[in-house]
Amino acid sequence: MRSSTSIWGCSIQFLRAIPLDQLLIQTINGIVTGMILALVASGLTLIFGIMDVVNFAHGELFMLGAYVGVIVLAATGDFWIALIAASLIIALLGAAIYLMTLRPLLGRDPLTTILATFGVSLVLQNYALWQFGPVARKIQEPFTGHFTLFYLDYPWYRLVIALLSAAIIGALWLFLKFGTYGIWIRATTQDRVMAQAMGIPVPWVLTVVFAIGAGMAGASGVLFGPLVGVNHAMGLDWILKAFIVVVVGGMGNLVGSIAASIFFSLLEAYASLWVSPAQAIIVSFVVLILTLLFRPTGLFVPTPK
Amino acid sequence: MREHRGTVYWTGFAVILALLIAAPLVLPEFWRRFLTEILIWGLLAMSSDILIGYTGMISFGHSAFFGLGMYGAAAALISIQPPNLWLAMLYGLLGAAAVAGFVAYFSTRLRDIYFAITTLIFSQIFYVMIFTWTEVTGGENGVTFGRPPLSIPGLFSQPFTTATLHWFVVAVVTSSYLVLRRITQSPFGMVLQSIRENESRTRAIGYPIERYKIVAVMLSGLFAGLAGVLYAVQNQFAAPDFVFFLVSGEAVIYNVMGGIGTLVGPIFGAAFFLLLREGLSRFFTEYYLIPVGIIFVAMVIFMPQGLLGFMRRWLNE
Repeated sequence: MRSSTSIWGCSIQFLRAIPLDQLLIQTINGIVTGMILALVASGLTLIFGIMDVVNFAHGELFMLGAYVGVIVLAATGDFWIALIAASLIIALLGAAIYLMTLRPLLGRDPLTTILATFGVSLVLQNYALWQFGPVARKIQEPFTGHFTLFYLDYPWYRLVIALLSAAIIGALWLFLKFGTYGIWIRATTQDRVMAQAMGIPVPWVLTVVFAIGAGMAGASGVLFGPLVGVNHAMGLDWILKAFIVVVVGGMGNLVGSIAASIFFSLLEAYASLWVSPAQAIIVSFVVLILTLLFRPTGLFVPTPK
Repeated sequence: MREHRGTVYWTGFAVILALLIAAPLVLPEFWRRFLTEILIWGLLAMSSDILIGYTGMISFGHSAFFGLGMYGAAAALISIQPPNLWLAMLYGLLGAAAVAGFVAYFSTRLRDIYFAITTLIFSQIFYVMIFTWTEVTGGENGVTFGRPPLSIPGLFSQPFTTATLHWFVVAVVTSSYLVLRRITQSPFGMVLQSIRENESRTRAIGYPIERYKIVAVMLSGLFAGLAGVLYAVQNQFAAPDFVFFLVSGEAVIYNVMGGIGTLVGPIFGAAFFLLLREGLSRFFTEYYLIPVGIIFVAMVIFMPQGLLGFMRRWLNE
């Protein structure tokens, strides 16, 4: 009895140590990063689910998207034009990468696609370093309004990012669910040969899917750009997070990876109340290990029968 | 016929070994070090060939084993006075084995792409730990230490020169090659190859494939750790950069360039890659990975067998 009281007392003290306001701020931060991560990861999982390609270069597309954003923003001065231009240009780049490196690998072991996209990521990353140099660039956010959150001035822009990401993912979902081409894409996922037999131009569908995934990565790069500096190595960080999310969410499972994105971002946001953000990622790793131990098929998928 | 082929193989082996042993006597200082380095990276690549070429699992986590071998050797060389080569090796191998056991236990639950991704994430765990645990590992700057003398306890002890270091590395890499070759031809190695060819059938025959995979990953990690120890002894420092997953990626590149499933292929791949880097960085300076990456992608597409792939059957006989 006494020991249980003391445990209770301990946990009360433990909770008291974290002020509620900080907890709330970290919740919002976590959701904001989680939505961007979801945008990156849903492109990755879309590409994987439909064509069995693990796109190692996805982080690099994210990074290049941010750079295109920087350039277009400098030229036009309009953030929204930069956002749209970056998504389109990166989508085109994605289509070109697909046609040049992945189309010839069609029908080979999916593992070879990891190798090819790893090579592509090395090329893109070093190209960015060569072209833009090691100094981080900054994207100016489209509006600088703040609102008061406890003792903080919380920028509206962060909330807008979360909403925009949600809107893009929602649009993707609606497109896949109801659009004619979306139905083509889903048909190709289910049975490539049958889809071809029904007259769906499968090679084009695959190219377009890769382009859509790439465009989403590009868009998230521009959206995230204002929060941190844009540099050539920013893709590495994100591809790792996206991989964790996609493994835990169940690869190829769109809803699962979105849920996992938010889950992990919240986890890291709370963890960084106690440890430094660099170490907070270890918490994600631990959860990943636990997932692999108990639910190797993924945390956010229905239990396999 | 078979015996004749065997003779050709061993003759070729003896010639290459003789060339490697003779190399420090004729090569200038820079190329001597370069050749030693090729052999060390070759050992790392060869260790991951056990997984990529023979078991059909692509590991993107070999940097963790390599790095722990390095830091293990560093721990021995810094904490034990006077520095002892064999203790450094023991510590490095223990470090690598511990990490390999941990990674093997968890990541072998998954297959194919998932295995590749989880090994990558695991190696990042160790990277973050080493990077942030500054008091012990020196953080971003890493640690430096002195080079131990080449010694056989009770017999002799003398400091390494570039030549003796090279011969030492040649000895370690050659014996590792012979051991690994023997392993891949043993019944155990045959089971690994049958896992590569058809996992579910191997399971159906009655082999506990999870156990085989765990042993394969540990074995591979042990030899990667050995490469790490050699690298630490050669360069007298350990840095978190070597635990970063790009090193694992390079090991995979060596394998693909040289030809997977051949054991010597990866060493040739490492030589090819490092020579390419050396040659191209004259024109592209530090951006040499742009042309190297393009060559790599082209090889994945047009030459999936790699440089020595055409000799694969023969090398494994």
